[in-house]
Amino acid sequence: MKAPVTVLLMCLSVQLIAQPRDMAPLDVGKPASQDLIHRWNTAIQPDGRGLPPGQGCVSEGKRLYAKQCAACHGEEGKGGVYDVLVGRLPEGSFPFATEAGHKKTIGNYWPWPTTLFDYIRRAMPFLTPGTLSDAQTYSLCAYLLHLNDLLPENACLDADKLPKIVMPAQHRFVPDNRLQTSSVR
Amino acid sequence: MPQPSAFSRRRFLQLSALSSGVILAGQNTTADIRELGPWASPYGKRSRHETAVRDATGIVMQESETPQQALSGTITPSALHYERHHAGIPDINPDTHQLLIHGMVERPLTFSMADLYRMPQTCRTYFLECAGNGEHSFEVGEKTSPQKLCGLFSQSEWCGVALGSLLRETGLKPRASWLLAEGADACLLTRSIPVEQALDNVIVAYAQNGEAVRPAQGYPLRLIVPGCEGNMNVKWLRRIEVSDQPFMTREETSKYSDPLRNGTVRQFSFVMDAKSIITRPTYPMQLEKGWHEIRGVAWSGRGKVKSVEVSDDGGKSWHSADIQPPILNKSSVRFGLLWNWDGTERILTSRATDDTGYVQPSVKELIAIRGKQSLRYHNNTMISWRVQPDGLVTYLRTD
Repeated sequence: MKAPVTVLLMCLSVQLIAQPRDMAPLDVGKPASQDLIHRWNTAIQPDGRGLPPGQGCVSEGKRLYAKQCAACHGEEGKGGVYDVLVGRLPEGSFPFATEAGHKKTIGNYWPWPTTLFDYIRRAMPFLTPGTLSDAQTYSLCAYLLHLNDLLPENACLDADKLPKIVMPAQHRFVPDNRLQTSSVR
Repeated sequence: MPQPSAFSRRRFLQLSALSSGVILAGQNTTADIRELGPWASPYGKRSRHETAVRDATGIVMQESETPQQALSGTITPSALHYERHHAGIPDINPDTHQLLIHGMVERPLTFSMADLYRMPQTCRTYFLECAGNGEHSFEVGEKTSPQKLCGLFSQSEWCGVALGSLLRETGLKPRASWLLAEGADACLLTRSIPVEQALDNVIVAYAQNGEAVRPAQGYPLRLIVPGCEGNMNVKWLRRIEVSDQPFMTREETSKYSDPLRNGTVRQFSFVMDAKSIITRPTYPMQLEKGWHEIRGVAWSGRGKVKSVEVSDDGGKSWHSADIQPPILNKSSVRFGLLWNWDGTERILTSRATDDTGYVQPSVKELIAIRGKQSLRYHNNTMISWRVQPDGLVTYLRTD
């Protein structure tokens, strides 16, 4: 009866000691609560996935901007201490690689409108991030896009309208191609 | 004209052999009166005579630079690791911190620190380099140190759990192709990473150089993406969301992208290409004539450093430097070359080649390919130093 006992012991040791790479899940970690996922699931994707209900308009955005944003970004998105937000370039012009002095703005550089909502709600205002409501965030997006000549003055934005705005520089963005060669690119 | 004999490997070997055979003799022991020093302490400090510090800069001190000229070897002391923050350093309690993984996964899970400690530990030495390292190279004057030119580069041994192990716990839905990593800092910084890359040696790190990751480096959890720009190595990691497309966050669109001469913008330029810098002799050193070891550090985000060459004539002739082992993947090496300064003006430059055959470009070469303003990010060009006849070493702009 010795042989079956040895086989049994071998089976046990396989279950107790395992090489991680060959393994099934270890059952470490706890099922995430729907509440936590709901609270933290705030990222917006370029097709609009993640955008919340509600809406906001240029007019409200203008009032909010003056109160919450202008101190850093300047009146109407220019002339502040921090990033310039407003400015367009002539059709076909894109001098950022070669000419000094051009500021990358929402209107001349940002490729996706959804990034605006995601970033403002996530990280702005710089000293009090997290304080803007969804409606306020929509209205700030609307105002900034209006200042960049991408929306009329009476426009409002919601989850349906925001992703449909085509940003002027979007077609210029291409994926990294450096690793296809050992030459310098 | 420089003599080839200014660089001598044989001389280096002779000196090494001599130094190991020195005998101390004839000391006057009667005058050798000694004092007891302090006893052992719970947490060590460096000598009070050591003064090298990070240089904090930015309008609201959002970054600090590693003093490259003061360091030896390849591990950056954690206290001197460069910093780049987008909304300050959060104070996180590890007992309540959790990492959420959700989205296109089979089982959305949270991991506590205790959960992560249970899992197999992966330790690797990787460099971190901010994409903006060297962005001021074409603005600064000759009185510029390696710290100011190349201070957003550091290296540590990182330990934690392979991200692949965590994704095996959650499972991945068939369409999963990108994931979003999110920090718990005030701006909840986010970056997108292809799933394929996330499974390739990415570490969810809880330790740096043998102890817990420093608060400025992401305590208690930092994503380590080998060879890739610092910004992707998300600090204070609290959430990973899996999707079927990149999220196009601000940090991967309006920032950290590279406008090119042809009017396109290179996006997701993750990998930091091969680079090197001489750290000694450099500004503000004052040289005396004779033998000096030219020393520096080299790395490549593509793989291993294969060779480093040094020139003392502005790139007309190149000499192979010695590289100190170990040579690790996506990890920096120390190089050195013994050199005899004859008192004339010399231009010192280094260039790295990695095991993919990629050669670090000169400033003129990369400007011709990408455009000078494009080098705001991902500037891996050669760095030159002028040794003046009076012995002062200064930074030499070559744009």
